[in-house]
Amino acid sequence: MIDIIKVSKNFNGHKVLDKLSLKIEKGQTCVIIGRSGCGKSVLLKHIVGILKPDSGKIVIEGQNIPDLNEKELDAVRMKLGMVFQGGALFDSMTVGENVGFGLIEHDHVSRRELLERIEEALCMVDLCGIENLWPAQLSGGMKKRVALARAICIRPEIILYDEPTTGVDPITADSINELIRSLHDKLKVTSIVVTHDMKSAYRVGDKLAMLYQGNIIAEGTPEEIQKAKNPVVHQFINGLAKGPITETIDHYREY
Amino acid sequence: MKNWFLSKKSDIEEALSKFFLDFGRSILGFVYFLGGLANLTGQCFYYMFTPPFNKERIFEQAKRAGYDSLGIVSLVSLFIGFIYALQTAYFMQRIGSEIYIASLVAISLVRELGPVITALVVAGRVGAAITAEMGTMQVTEQIDALETLATNPIRYLVIPRVLALSLMLPLLTLYADVVGIFGSYLICVYKLGISSNMYIHATFDVLFRKDLFTGLVKTVFFGLIIATVSCYEAFNVEGGAEGVGQATTKAVVKTFIMIIAADCFFTALFYFIFP
Ligand SMILES: Nc1ncnc2c1ncn2[C@@H]1O[C@H](COP(=O)(O)OP(=O)(O)O)[C@@H](O)[C@H]1O
Ligand SMILES: [Mg+2]
Repeated sequence: MIDIIKVSKNFNGHKVLDKLSLKIEKGQTCVIIGRSGCGKSVLLKHIVGILKPDSGKIVIEGQNIPDLNEKELDAVRMKLGMVFQGGALFDSMTVGENVGFGLIEHDHVSRRELLERIEEALCMVDLCGIENLWPAQLSGGMKKRVALARAICIRPEIILYDEPTTGVDPITADSINELIRSLHDKLKVTSIVVTHDMKSAYRVGDKLAMLYQGNIIAEGTPEEIQKAKNPVVHQFINGLAKGPITETIDHYREY
Repeated sequence: MKNWFLSKKSDIEEALSKFFLDFGRSILGFVYFLGGLANLTGQCFYYMFTPPFNKERIFEQAKRAGYDSLGIVSLVSLFIGFIYALQTAYFMQRIGSEIYIASLVAISLVRELGPVITALVVAGRVGAAITAEMGTMQVTEQIDALETLATNPIRYLVIPRVLALSLMLPLLTLYADVVGIFGSYLICVYKLGISSNMYIHATFDVLFRKDLFTGLVKTVFFGLIIATVSCYEAFNVEGGAEGVGQATTKAVVKTFIMIIAADCFFTALFYFIFP
């Protein structure tokens, strides 16, 4: 279970997260929606402990992430997989070395087992047999799937996805959604998916939460969110150009 | 009339205050940079002495920093040898003491020119590459990805580079000294007519162990400076490709300044403690 309690974060006086609270149950897939630049990636980086909050707690399985020392944090991270927005594949390594990175560095498995685990992770994302290619030889969608393979290769209990379907074609997007769904069903992983792609949000989410101005302004099942009265949520999920979100921006612009 | 005068004065005032503000800001910025660098160096020392160590990655970096730099170091130090011999000859011939050319060249090369020129060449060739490579890793979130895979970026990326540069720079310097002296030998023996035997004797007679020692000790620190400054700038890249370019420039400029300053410090130090 992941429990985010009143987390605040400033960057040079610019408030990105403002006493944000969110709870994600074990085995649940929580989709966080919100506009570009509203702090979705920042929130994910707090969960993995790359960024430290100015105040507040992030509790994973009873441990408060900002309080952990390096060793304890690494132990938590080995149970956690993160898929970055642009893939973040190491371009000095082959696809196979990328996918097996966590195992090579930490779990001292035999060479045979390592190769099997890499192959297994790659096949799970429908990319069997590309171990020896380099990241530069892959398309954007393939990079995202290899990044996902790297995250699942360590067999995590929690997977964080940063915009997994952004910038890939609709067919690849659908196969990524399917994959997130099947990881949830088969491996019972807890997932947090950050996205602004509503189609994907409805497909994969058990629970949707909308991030707006540093806070979660609405959360609930996809049906509940669809019926939400909140005009901000209404504007966002229906993708309308006119509404309270754009009005506040215009409001800022005037002054 | 009065108005014109006032506005003129305030223009000057404005320019002056802008100048001093900018000046103050860049000094503050540099102090801030030194603080961050000290922090990074401290962490490096911590990780350097706590296992696990990765020999393979150190060797790989040592090859890139050392072996791959042999070509340019050879070329530069050979030319420095030529130039230095000719420049010294110009004056020595005037006072009729050509015999001292060899001694002077040997001492200057081993104590000063070899270490500094090698460090600057390596800073431009290897340091810039470190900032560009790691800066790109920073903007493409590869460094964050390392952390989420429970791998400390300082241990994984910085330590091999620090160790490789601090070990390879003294060796490269030693090599540069030899090549530089050889260059000067060529000029003296084949152009100035000094006998080969005399040249070799003059060289080894003046060189003490302490000259070699003081020359090489400081290059260990130059290597440390090149590696830490380059890595520090890479970690602090902001923005995309443009940010990486700016960081690379900053890293090279700051490394140059710090190498020259450190050299000044060490020269003074050795001058006073080993007179
Ligand atoms: N390391 C950082 N330093 C300063 N500002 C940052 C940093 N990371 C993110 N921000 C700012 O935080 C805001 C949210 O960014 P981000 O979480 O990347 O948005 P998104 O929701 O599109 O993922 C942006 O305004 C960005 O400028
Ligand atoms: Mg983002």
